[in-house]
Amino acid sequence: MVTKEKSDVSQQKREWEKNTLKKTLEKSPERRERFITTSSRPIARLYSPTDMANLDYDRDLGFPGEYPYTRGVYPTMYRGRFWTMRMFAGFGTAEQTNARYRYLLEQGQTGLSVAFHLPTIQGLDSDDPMSTGEIGVCGVAIDSLADMEILFSQIPLNKVTTSMTINAPAAVLLCFYIAAAEKQGVSSTQIGGTIQNDILKEYQAQKTWIFPPDPSMRIITNTLEYCTKNVPRWNTISISGYHIREAGSTAVQELAFTLANGLAYVKAGVDAGLKVDDFAPRLSFFFDSHLDLFEEVAKFRAARRIWAREMHERFNAKSPRSYLLRFHTQTAGVSLTAQQPENNIIRTTIQALAAVLGGTQSLHTNSMDEAWALPTEKAATIALRTQQILAHESGVANTIDPLGGSYFIESLTNEMEEETYKYFDRIDKLGGVVEAIKKGFFQREIADAAFRYQREIEEKERTIVGVNDYITDDMLEIPVLKIDPEVERTQLARLRKTRKTRNNKKVDQLLSRLQKAAEGTENMLPHILAAVREYATVGEVCNALREVFGEYQEPIIF
Amino acid sequence: MTEAEQKIRVLIAKPGLDGHDRGAKVVARALRDAGFEVIYTGLRQTPEQIAEAALQEDVTVVGLSILSGAHMRLFPEIMKLLKERGMDDTLVIAGGIIPEDDIKPLKKLGIKAIFGPGTPTTEIVEYIRTNAK
Amino acid sequence: MTQDTRKLIKQLLKGNRRAAARLMTLAESMSPEAHAAIKQLYPHTGKAHIIGVTGPPGSGKSTLVDKLIEEFRAQGRTVGVVAVDPSSPFTGGALLGDRIRMNRFASDHDVFIRSMGSRGSLGGLAWATHDVVHILDALGKDIIIVETVGAGQAEVDIIQIAETVVLLSVPGLGDDIQTIKAGIMEIGNVFVINKADLDGADRRYAELQMALELDRKPDGWQPPILKAIATTGEGVSEVVKAIQSHHDYLIESGEIAQNRERRYCAQLETIVEHSFIRKLFVEPEEQALFQQLVQEVNERKTDPYTAAERLILHLIKQKGN
Ligand code: B12
Ligand SMILES: Nc1nc2c(ncn2[C@@H]2O[C@H](COP(=O)(O)OP(=O)(O)OP(=O)(O)O)[C@@H](O)[C@H]2O)c(=O)[nH]1
Ligand SMILES: [Mg+2]
Repeated sequence: MVTKEKSDVSQQKREWEKNTLKKTLEKSPERRERFITTSSRPIARLYSPTDMANLDYDRDLGFPGEYPYTRGVYPTMYRGRFWTMRMFAGFGTAEQTNARYRYLLEQGQTGLSVAFHLPTIQGLDSDDPMSTGEIGVCGVAIDSLADMEILFSQIPLNKVTTSMTINAPAAVLLCFYIAAAEKQGVSSTQIGGTIQNDILKEYQAQKTWIFPPDPSMRIITNTLEYCTKNVPRWNTISISGYHIREAGSTAVQELAFTLANGLAYVKAGVDAGLKVDDFAPRLSFFFDSHLDLFEEVAKFRAARRIWAREMHERFNAKSPRSYLLRFHTQTAGVSLTAQQPENNIIRTTIQALAAVLGGTQSLHTNSMDEAWALPTEKAATIALRTQQILAHESGVANTIDPLGGSYFIESLTNEMEEETYKYFDRIDKLGGVVEAIKKGFFQREIADAAFRYQREIEEKERTIVGVNDYITDDMLEIPVLKIDPEVERTQLARLRKTRKTRNNKKVDQLLSRLQKAAEGTENMLPHILAAVREYATVGEVCNALREVFGEYQEPIIF
Repeated sequence: MTEAEQKIRVLIAKPGLDGHDRGAKVVARALRDAGFEVIYTGLRQTPEQIAEAALQEDVTVVGLSILSGAHMRLFPEIMKLLKERGMDDTLVIAGGIIPEDDIKPLKKLGIKAIFGPGTPTTEIVEYIRTNAK
Repeated sequence: MTQDTRKLIKQLLKGNRRAAARLMTLAESMSPEAHAAIKQLYPHTGKAHIIGVTGPPGSGKSTLVDKLIEEFRAQGRTVGVVAVDPSSPFTGGALLGDRIRMNRFASDHDVFIRSMGSRGSLGGLAWATHDVVHILDALGKDIIIVETVGAGQAEVDIIQIAETVVLLSVPGLGDDIQTIKAGIMEIGNVFVINKADLDGADRRYAELQMALELDRKPDGWQPPILKAIATTGEGVSEVVKAIQSHHDYLIESGEIAQNRERRYCAQLETIVEHSFIRKLFVEPEEQALFQQLVQEVNERKTDPYTAAERLILHLIKQKGN
C-alpha cells in the first residue's frame, strides 16, 4: 500500500541524493564503505517514510498494553513503576552472599538474583572430584537445603521475589527454595520468583547441560505442571537469549532462536496435556542488551510483537496474559573489556538505556570489572547506580516507547521480524528445535557469528576502544574480587555435617522413589521436594537421575 | 604433498567445570586456519584427561582455556601430570580470565605465556610459530 | 636411523606410550627416517585384529568406537584407536574432534587414542595411517580400531588396512542410493544402522537388506545388518559379536590369507605411489624436472604421456632412496 504522499517522499529522496548528497560525497566521501551494527547488519545512510511504507499502526504497533504489544506490555509502563533493578549476585558461601543480598536490598535494589557456583550448576556436590577449585568461585556454593536456609536468612521470602540462574538442576533448586520458604513459615503459594530452567539454550549456547534433551524436556514439563498447581506466582521458565548472544550470535539470531525455544516449550506443555492459558502467562524471557542501541531496541519491540502473534495465532491462546512477552535484560558482558575497565561503565550505560527504551521489565547492569572476576561491592554498586540515574535523572522513563515511530526503528523492527520468520522456517525444516540442536544447527550458526565478530575486530572493521584502538599501556588499576580459600573448607565442612546429621536411610528411600518416578511417567517434582526436605543434596538428586537418564554428549561443532 | 617438516599440533583443553567455550573455539578455528592441527578435548576435562591426551597426541603445544577462576588449583595439577609423563619440553600456554596477580606464579609453574581477553588470534598464532619446536 | 629413533623403538617395544606417540609423529612426517623406523618395528606387528569403522559424517562413528572400546576392555583386551579427520586442502590445518567422544578412558593405560589429519589423502585415511596402526600393533594392542574421515563416498581405503570393516548408516539419510552406487556398500563386513532410536530405522533396514541381496554371494561371509544406539550402548555387544564372528570366519575359512594379500597389495601400491609422488614434490632435482615437463606440456612441446614416461624413466634410473 503506497500512498501518494509516500511515493512523493521517495521521489524527493532520489532528488536529494542526486542534488545535495552527491555533491558532498564527491567532495568528502564517508568514513567507511560499509556501516554495520554489532551484529554485522548493514545500516543505510538515511531512513525515511519509504522504509516503513507497509507499516499499519493498528496491526503492527497498537497501544501499550494492547495487542500486539509492540510498544509495551503495560498501559503505563515506567510511569506506573520502574523496571525491577535486579542484580545478579552470588559468591563464596551462603553466609557471604546473604550479606551481599541484604546490602543490595538496603541500597534500593528491588529483587534478588542468585548466581550459583559451577558445581551446583552442573548438579554436582562440592565434594565431587570435579568441583576441585570451583567452590564458591563463579557463584554461591549451594549443596543442600542447609545452605539455602542460610542464603535467605532474614530475607522474608513472601516479600522479595527471587530469580535463580539455574537450568539443568532447576527443579532441585526450586524445591530447595520451596523448602527454605516452608522453614520461614511461608507456603509455596506465597512465594514469587523465577528459575531460568531453559535447557534448550544450554545445548545451544551456555553448555551447562546434564541430561539428554528428551528427559530434560520432561523435567521441564513436570515443573510447569507442578508450579501451575502449587506455586502459582512462580515464573517457570526464563527463556533466555542472553546466553545465545553472549556465546556469539547476532541480534537476530538471539531473537529468533530464543523465540523458537519459547514456542518449543509451549508446544511441549500443550503436548503434555496442559492448557496453554494455564501456563503460558508464567513464561518470561531474558535478553541481552548489546551496544548497538537502535538494533537492540528494535529487537525488543519485534520480540513482543512476534510472541503475541504466535501465541494468538499458532497456539490459540485466549488469555491476553499469554500474549505478553515480559523480559529481564542483562547488559552485554562480552562487550566489556579487560583493558581500561572504567570505560565499561559507559558501555553499560548505553546498553541499559537500550533495555529501558526497549521496555524491559527488569534489568541487571554489569560491573566495570566484568572481564576480571565477579564484581566487587563497589563496582556492583556503581552498576546499580547507573540504573537509578537512568530511572530518576535521565527522563527516558517519562513516556512510553519513545523511539516508536522513528523511521529507522520501525524499519529495523520489521526487518528483524522478517529475518526471525526465516529462521523459524529453517528450524522447522530441520524438524524443530530439539532436532536442530542434535544436528548442531544453532551451535554452528553461533560459532560462525562469533568467529566473524572476532575477525572484524582483528581486521579493524570495528573499533573497540582500548582494545584495538586508543590503547594505553596502563596496568589495571581497579581492585579485583578474590575468593577466600576458607570458603572451600567451610563449605565442605557443612556438607559433611549435613550428611552426618540427616536421616540417611530416609534420604536413600526417597531417592530411589524418585528414580522409580523417573523411570515411569509420574511427575518427579513431589519426589524431589520430599528428598530435599530431608536434606538430600543437589548432587545426590542429580546422580539419581543420571542413572536413569544418562548424560548428554554434544555434537562437535567449531 | 606435505614436506618432511613437522606439523604443529595443538591441544586446546578446557579443564574443570568451566563451560565457556566461545574463546576456545575462536582460538581453535584461528589456529586451524593458520595451518595447525588442533585437537579439541571438549568441555569439563580432568587434569589427567588433558595430560593423557597431550601425551597420546604428542602435541607441540598444550593450550589451556579457562574462565572459571579455578586455574590456580587445576593448572599445577596439569603441569605435574605432564611432567610425570616426561612432557616437560611441551610448550604450555593458557588463555581466558586470569587475574594479573596469578600470572607470575603460573609462569613459575612453567606456563610460558598467558593470553587474556582482547588478544588478537594473530598474536597467538605468531607466538606459537616462534616458540613451538 | 638416528640414535634417538632407535631408543624410541626400544622403548615402544617395552610398552612406552610416550615413545609410541613420538614415533607416530615421526611416521606422519613420511620421512626416510620414519620409514626406517617402521622397517625396524615391522617384525613386531601382525598380531592385532584391525577393525575399520566408516560411515557418513555424524553417523555416530566416534560414539560407537567409544562403546566398542568399553566392550573390548571388558573382555580384557587392550585397544588402540586411530581417528582420522579431514585436513583443509587450503591451509593444511585441521580440527580433530573425534577424541572428545572417547575421553573417559584417560586413566586406562591399555587404551591409546590417536587423532590424525588426513593431510591431503583422499580415501578417508591419511597416508601415514598404516604406519600409525603398525606402531599400535607393535605397542601390543590386541584390537586396533580405525575411524575414517567420514566424508561419505569414496572412503574405500579402509579395506587396505582393516580386516573387518564396520559400515555405519543412519535412518533417514537421503543419499541411500548414492552410497550404494558409490560402491561403498561392498566394503562392509558388518553393517550397523546406528541411531536406531530415530524414526525410519526399519525402513533403512529394509533398504539395506535389499541392496545387500542384490550382490549376495552364494557362499562365504554373509554381512549381518545390526541396529544399534551408540549413545546408550544398546546393540553394541551384538556389533562386537559380529566383528568377532567375521574374524573367526576369516580364519576358519582361510580367507584371511586373501584378505591379507589384498591389504598388503594395496599397501604396497600406496607406498610405491606415494614415494614416487613424494620425490616429485619434495626432492629439488625431481621437482625441477617435474616443473620443466609441466612447462613443456603447457607450451605443447610435448604431450602428457611422453612427459610421464620421461619422469618414470628418470626415477627408475635413480638408485636406492
Ligand atoms: C560470554 C560469557 C558467558 C557466556 C558463555 C558462552 C560460551 N558458550 O562461551 C554465558 C552467558 C553463557 C556465560 C555464563 C556464565 N558465566 Co560468563 N562470561 C562471559 C564473558 C562476558 C565473556 C567471555 C567471552 O566469551 N569472551 C569472548 C572470547 C572471544 O574471549 P575469551 O574467552 O576471553 O578468549 C580470548 C582470550 O582470553 C584468549 N583465550 C581464551 N582461551 C584461550 C586458550 C588458549 C590456548 C589461548 C592461547 C588463548 C585463549 O584468546 C581469546 C581471543 O582473544 C566473561 C567476561 C568477559 N568480558 O570476559 C564472563 C565470565 C567469564 N563469566 C563468568 C561467570 C561467573 C559465568 C557463570 C558461572 C555465571 C553463573 N553463575 O551462572 C555462567 C557459567 C557458564 C558456563 N558455561 O560455564 C565470570 C567468571 C568469574 C571468574 N572467573 O572469577 C566472568 C568473568 C564474568 C564476571 N565477571 O562475573 N558467560
Ligand atoms: N539419537 C542418536 N544420536 C546418536 C547416536 N550415536 C551418536 N549420536 C549422536 O550423533 C552425533 C555425532 O556423533 P559422532 O560419534 O561424533 O559421529 P561421527 O560419525 O564420529 O562424526 P564425524 O567424525 O564428525 O564424521 C552426536 O551428537 C552423537 O551424540 C545414536 O545412536 N542415537
Ligand atoms: Mg567422529
